[in-house]
Amino acid sequence: MRAIAIAVLWGLTLVPAPAFMAFAAAQAAEPGRTPLPAIAIEKPGQCVEPKDVMRRDHMKLLKHQRDKTLHQGIRTKPHSLNECISCHASQKTGSVTGAGGFCQSCHDYAAVKLDCWDCHQPKPGQKTAAGVKP
Amino acid sequence: MSGDMNRRGFIAAGAALAGLTLAPGIRLIEIASAKPDNEPVTSKVRWGLLIDTTRCQSGCTECVAACGKENGLGEVKKPRTDAQWIRKIDLKELKTGRAVSLPMMCQHCANPPCVDVCPTGASFKRADGIVLVDRHICIGCRYCMMACPYKARSFVHEPHSDQNPEVPRGQGCVEGCTLCVHRVDRGGAPACVEACAAAGHNAMLFGDLNDPESAIAKRIREVKTTQVRADLKLDLGVRYEGI
Amino acid sequence: MASSASYVETQSRTGAFWGLLALGGLFMLAAFAAFLHFEHSGHVVTGMDNQIVWGLPHVFAVFLIVAASGVLNVASIGSVFGKPAYKARAPLSGLLALAMMAGGLAVLAADLGRPDRLVVAMTHFNFKSIFALNMMFYSGFFAIVAAYLVTLMDRSLAGYNKVLGFLAFFWRLALTTATGSIFGFLVARSAYGSALMAPMFIIYSFAYGLAAFLIVQGSMYAWNNLKLDEGILARMKNLLAVFVGAALYFTAVMHLTSLYFARQTDYERFLLLDGGIYTAAFWLGQVLIGGILPLVLLFAPGATQTRVIAASVLVVLGGLAQMFVTIVGGQAFPLEIFPGYAISSSFQDGIVNAYSPVIGEFALGFGGIALAFLITVVAVRVLRFLPQDDFAALKAED
Repeated sequence: MRAIAIAVLWGLTLVPAPAFMAFAAAQAAEPGRTPLPAIAIEKPGQCVEPKDVMRRDHMKLLKHQRDKTLHQGIRTKPHSLNECISCHASQKTGSVTGAGGFCQSCHDYAAVKLDCWDCHQPKPGQKTAAGVKP
Repeated sequence: MSGDMNRRGFIAAGAALAGLTLAPGIRLIEIASAKPDNEPVTSKVRWGLLIDTTRCQSGCTECVAACGKENGLGEVKKPRTDAQWIRKIDLKELKTGRAVSLPMMCQHCANPPCVDVCPTGASFKRADGIVLVDRHICIGCRYCMMACPYKARSFVHEPHSDQNPEVPRGQGCVEGCTLCVHRVDRGGAPACVEACAAAGHNAMLFGDLNDPESAIAKRIREVKTTQVRADLKLDLGVRYEGI
Repeated sequence: MASSASYVETQSRTGAFWGLLALGGLFMLAAFAAFLHFEHSGHVVTGMDNQIVWGLPHVFAVFLIVAASGVLNVASIGSVFGKPAYKARAPLSGLLALAMMAGGLAVLAADLGRPDRLVVAMTHFNFKSIFALNMMFYSGFFAIVAAYLVTLMDRSLAGYNKVLGFLAFFWRLALTTATGSIFGFLVARSAYGSALMAPMFIIYSFAYGLAAFLIVQGSMYAWNNLKLDEGILARMKNLLAVFVGAALYFTAVMHLTSLYFARQTDYERFLLLDGGIYTAAFWLGQVLIGGILPLVLLFAPGATQTRVIAASVLVVLGGLAQMFVTIVGGQAFPLEIFPGYAISSSFQDGIVNAYSPVIGEFALGFGGIALAFLITVVAVRVLRFLPQDDFAALKAED
């Protein structure tokens, strides 16, 4: 008992270490059925990067762009989330989320939770261009 | 794409015309040549606002409504918990009874207390002086709200789904006036400034404080302007005239 | 040194033990329900709003964190200042420090707008922020106190005990300085922005921590049908009285200096005279219940264990009242943006902000206490934390 307690206490000394990183991996997946991803490309044409790059690295591209946009005001279009949405939103639902949504169907399949939509609008909208009073 | 460019060019021309019709020496909207999209903002520019309280009408809330529309905040239905990036304040001097009305929003300090206190660095100041919240790393601790001398920040108390695509915002993060950064980066002016002009009050002037030739810099050279709580020495981007 | 055979095991009364666990578990469950409710619906369902941004959860959390650093003082007096009566209490003191820190931090994390981003808070640091500094102090506190406890329990490491005792002592002083500075650095608000906040929080932590220790120690002795040595009881009660008196002194100095500055008199009038519940919480809670009554109980002749515990409970209640006054009262008073003007707006400018906490906020706060309670009850059950006095050494000291 004493040895266990000492081991626990030693474990506690690791609290400041990135033991907390484990929490990130613990992002829970949606329970229930496992629908296969329905990747519908409604607007045929060339994406901003080759398909295999997009499949593997789209999150890196988005994160890189997000920091540049927010902190440096760089608003180039190719890797911007809004551009992804305006091209990939379903013509039926007008969104990249929901059943069959371009983002959601694949993320459901891969069991990777998306929290983009807590803040970002998953539907392309009327952009208020500079200087225009809507 | 090209349609977009044309539209923007047209608007700029229209705004320039509108600018010319104003009083001599004062252009309402700075037609800053929009920086190219792929270039970062620099500290050569310091965006600022000059608010002429003698032109600001008590009871007029055009700027507030425009902000709500532009940034997807909507109307204030729950005054305790709804976000208010800009609000109209009515002042009455205690001794003399002199009344002043003015809009209050993030003052975009050069030395922002919210940035100092933020534990994760989510609260930050861009090179061009605009103070923003990086919601990707905001944990919702609200310490910046405790630190702000102007109550310029709001906490998002409820889930939202009606965001303007260019202004992402959601439950659990703190937010405040962005000076309509998405418009400014494309050479535009904040929505409140345009609305004030459209209503015919012309009480708000937006521009580059660092550019000696800008209308705002000229005006600040000419008339006495005030920084609110100047005793805190925060070097504000928003100045007031007539208080 | 007392041999380890003289430790009294607390293996009896199994039913009552499970009862305690169930009681603590119920409070934890309520807190968890409140946490899920707040995070699902947003803070709109709490009493907190854009004016009172920190409410009851923060009152409990900051109290627990401050008391956690204070409770470690008992160990420090033993290890750093070499007092045998306190040395015997070092393990319990360290345990309580860990338990209360865990409780306080849990409440703080549960109230975040984005608790799912706790990992962000652990990986992104703005080193200018006193809050970020606090996070490092808190996590370091766990490490240092845990290592210190190891040196107390593992004889082979006893040589490091003194060093770690010193480290823990200075660490906890720095930690409470940083905690007080969370408020001390808020220059804009009348209630805060004073360098006095940091030392005052240290004194508060001494009083709250020792009071919490005396309550737990008293309960453990009662549980085991033991009687605390009268000499030790007298020493500890006198120490508590000194801390409570010092806390009162700092409170008085804080408000008197504040009254001296003309720009602060409006706030002082609010707090001391017409602040309604905040005035009541200050005079009745912080000063009377948390200060004067405990002093009367402690200094009245013929102190008994029961009376010391009663005084300690009052100090804890007064401490919660003090945190309520400091945290919520400081926000309730309108922020002065335009001195010399009457101000009105749609954003509650110029009015005293109302705050009516919902039951979930109480649940969250008590959940922090319950977590500390559960950790303590289990640890005390499985390990020997009951103070083992070496009366020969005590006598030699006298």
